[in-house]
Amino acid sequence: MLLSKTGLACLLTAAIGLGCCVAAYTNAADSSPTDSSATASPAADGLRQEKVTAFVGAHIIPIDGEPIDGGVLLISGGKIVDVGPADAVQIPDGAETVDVSGKVIMPGLVDTHSHIGGIGAADGSHPIQPGVRVMDSINVRDSGFKRALAGGLTTLNIMPGSGHLSSGQTVYVKLRFDEQPASILDIAIRREDGGIAGGLKMANGTNPQREPPYPGTRGKAAYLVREQFIKAREYQQKLADAGDDESKKPPRDLNLETLVEVMQGKRVVHHHTHRHDDIMTVLRLAEEFNFRVVLQHVSEGWKVADEIANASAPCSVIVIDSPGGKLEARDMRYETCSVLEQAGVRVAIHTDDWITDSRLFFRSAGLAVRGGMTREGALDALTLAGAEMLDLSDSIGSLTPGKDADFIILSGDPLSVYTHVEQTWVEGTKAFDRSDPADRLYATGGYGATHDQQPYFCCFGHQ
Amino acid sequence: MKRIALRALVILPLTVIAAVMVTSPAAAQIAVRGETVYTMVGDPIANGVVIINERKIVAVGSADDIEIPEGYRVLEAKVVTPGLIDAHSVVGLGGIDNQDQDQEQLEASNPVQPGMRAIDAYNAKDPLVEWVRTLGITTVHTGHAPGELVSGQTMIVKTYGNTVEDAVISSAYGVACTLSSDAQKAGTQSPGTRGKMLAMLRQQLIEAREYLAKLEAAGEDEAKKPARDLRLETLGQVLQGELKLIVTADRAQDIASALRLREEFGFPLVLDSAAEAYTMTDEIKAAGVPVIVHPSMYRAVGDRGNMSFETAAKLKEAGIPIALQSGYESYVPKTRVALYEAAITAANGLSFEEALATITIDAAMLLGINDRVGSIESDKDADLALYDGDPFEYTTHCVGVIINGQVVSEEVR
Repeated sequence: MLLSKTGLACLLTAAIGLGCCVAAYTNAADSSPTDSSATASPAADGLRQEKVTAFVGAHIIPIDGEPIDGGVLLISGGKIVDVGPADAVQIPDGAETVDVSGKVIMPGLVDTHSHIGGIGAADGSHPIQPGVRVMDSINVRDSGFKRALAGGLTTLNIMPGSGHLSSGQTVYVKLRFDEQPASILDIAIRREDGGIAGGLKMANGTNPQREPPYPGTRGKAAYLVREQFIKAREYQQKLADAGDDESKKPPRDLNLETLVEVMQGKRVVHHHTHRHDDIMTVLRLAEEFNFRVVLQHVSEGWKVADEIANASAPCSVIVIDSPGGKLEARDMRYETCSVLEQAGVRVAIHTDDWITDSRLFFRSAGLAVRGGMTREGALDALTLAGAEMLDLSDSIGSLTPGKDADFIILSGDPLSVYTHVEQTWVEGTKAFDRSDPADRLYATGGYGATHDQQPYFCCFGHQ
Repeated sequence: MKRIALRALVILPLTVIAAVMVTSPAAAQIAVRGETVYTMVGDPIANGVVIINERKIVAVGSADDIEIPEGYRVLEAKVVTPGLIDAHSVVGLGGIDNQDQDQEQLEASNPVQPGMRAIDAYNAKDPLVEWVRTLGITTVHTGHAPGELVSGQTMIVKTYGNTVEDAVISSAYGVACTLSSDAQKAGTQSPGTRGKMLAMLRQQLIEAREYLAKLEAAGEDEAKKPARDLRLETLGQVLQGELKLIVTADRAQDIASALRLREEFGFPLVLDSAAEAYTMTDEIKAAGVPVIVHPSMYRAVGDRGNMSFETAAKLKEAGIPIALQSGYESYVPKTRVALYEAAITAANGLSFEEALATITIDAAMLLGINDRVGSIESDKDADLALYDGDPFEYTTHCVGVIINGQVVSEEVR
């Protein structure tokens, strides 16, 4: 078992290398440093020696192209090598062939808003705490991760809650659960600069309203946020003025540092917002402080769809069975995704797990189609659209050669209630298999399915 | 408080307008044609017709055999089912806004309040009643929620009607009782433990038994009768079998407590939620007790940590009478939809028709209202739900709803 962990680490190194390569290729027009593709070359050479696996016979939904009947998906070294019709994909000699006739294959699902892992970032001391990282609170043994895999999810944006104007930094994770991860670092996605990938959680509306120092009104909420961003702008200016002179730099401030990253566009704001006027407030603040924002939940987005489209703000929408439960959700509609789609807004769908269950992520997309969204749009909303909102579409979100081999094998139509996720593969490794009773328990629920801790036998004489 | 008051003022005129705009639905000579009609008695009918006159179904069968009388309004749909029954809900009490002024499902001043009637708490115009109606739910067993040891009475209503009096089928079906962590109090309040819950409940039932005995001893002599006591009167009805004791219990040990209590006092027991019932099938079967299974998509937390999508299928297989429910939600979604909850059981062990039965005929039988609703048969209430495909599919729409022979929704939802 330990060996395979080392193996995974090797693959990971290759993945990061290739990630750079793909990025350089995709951004050919940009002035990307040429040495990044140079460092990727040895990794690419290494891939040629990896085992190749061909999944043949399935209906393949690549997302970035037309569905393929009886297609072939070729993976190697944790990456997608090729995908296409049987007569167009060359299966190399010695490749392992897996017959998946009658099944459906599509990319692993991307959840742009999840709370799995016993999240606890900002505490009650202040409404704005961007310096706090949710990654420092996550229990990787939380059974929620297993349920997410059972639902076909492979990438999550794990967010702190909405009870603050900013409750801290989010973390993007890949569900590398073919064996139990020991720490958040085993599943956290790395940015190209080696840092932990993630955004910043912000919220407005009623959730962050409480006794001072929290805001009591919407006006106060926006005031408090503007005040912090203005401070951060001054901090940014001091840093710029200091140049390389360490003595002139202001003392490091984790909160302001994070807001500077946000204003520099390095960190996306994931902004909880329901009501139409709150949505407009987010767009106003994003324009004032020039931050990149993903509108999260967007329950009344259907009322201001054109304004959202004009601001080019992507939306990550929650789809709920019934309206209400809080005043801001009273006008929630199944039609929200459809109206936004028609207005030309980029739309993803999220679970907000535990608000909806990761095992039923497809169900949210199904209800969006019930509300008028196109089927293509709904499947895109579970995959590529989300990947783009996390700045990860170079490596995930579609079955595209060069991307991570994150995919799921389904028993049928993705949007049918009767369909089950049979297998979930993450970076070329099977991380969930419904035919394994231990995995099936997480898919159906049952005795022990929500126990957080896996048995840990290190100290009791077991191997 | 100020903010809430202002908002109420704004909402009020809108509500009035909405009420005026509700058109009185055309009664009642209607023929419904369905590519498939699930009557829930016998095989589904391909190319079927249901004839409705006034409030009742007067004929159902193949289009080959039944002629649609002249002048009847004809509705068509791919799939026609009986109006759906939500076997346990709080709609009409747990209002859409989730603010203090619209939350009537739980009164926490006393852990034992069986005297409270559901009819006195039901808002027939709450938007969630309309919401579930437009998805095909025509009958709900609703009332006081789980969460207190004995939280009050429940009733059965149609999801259409200007007032509770218009809507009601059974003004008192049962008394809601909770044997779970949800009924546990903190600090010095009771009940603080499971042992205390059972002690309190037994004490109450013993008092009710004595109250009944005094009544019986008094016979016709008014002077000897004990003073009326709504609490004991209601529990007395439970002991006499006139009302069910609906016990919400999830852990196996709590289910066992409910069965033990029933053994001691002999009341009609309905198990509710029952997340771990799949570990107790022999005991539940032997007791002959029905189970209103928790919503399939309830969150697996606390006492329900071990819940399973497959519980309904396992109980059905064991021969235990079951029905599905939307349950109680304290946040979002404020109400679940029984149709959706049953759909998940159809994907997890129950056949399509078994799953449909959990929200139609089986629910009607469990609730004792199968003489009126739950199937498409002559002389039953003309309650139908119309769909443009398999009702359980996420992407299917409910396209029409008929209650008491009136077309109450033609929204596509």
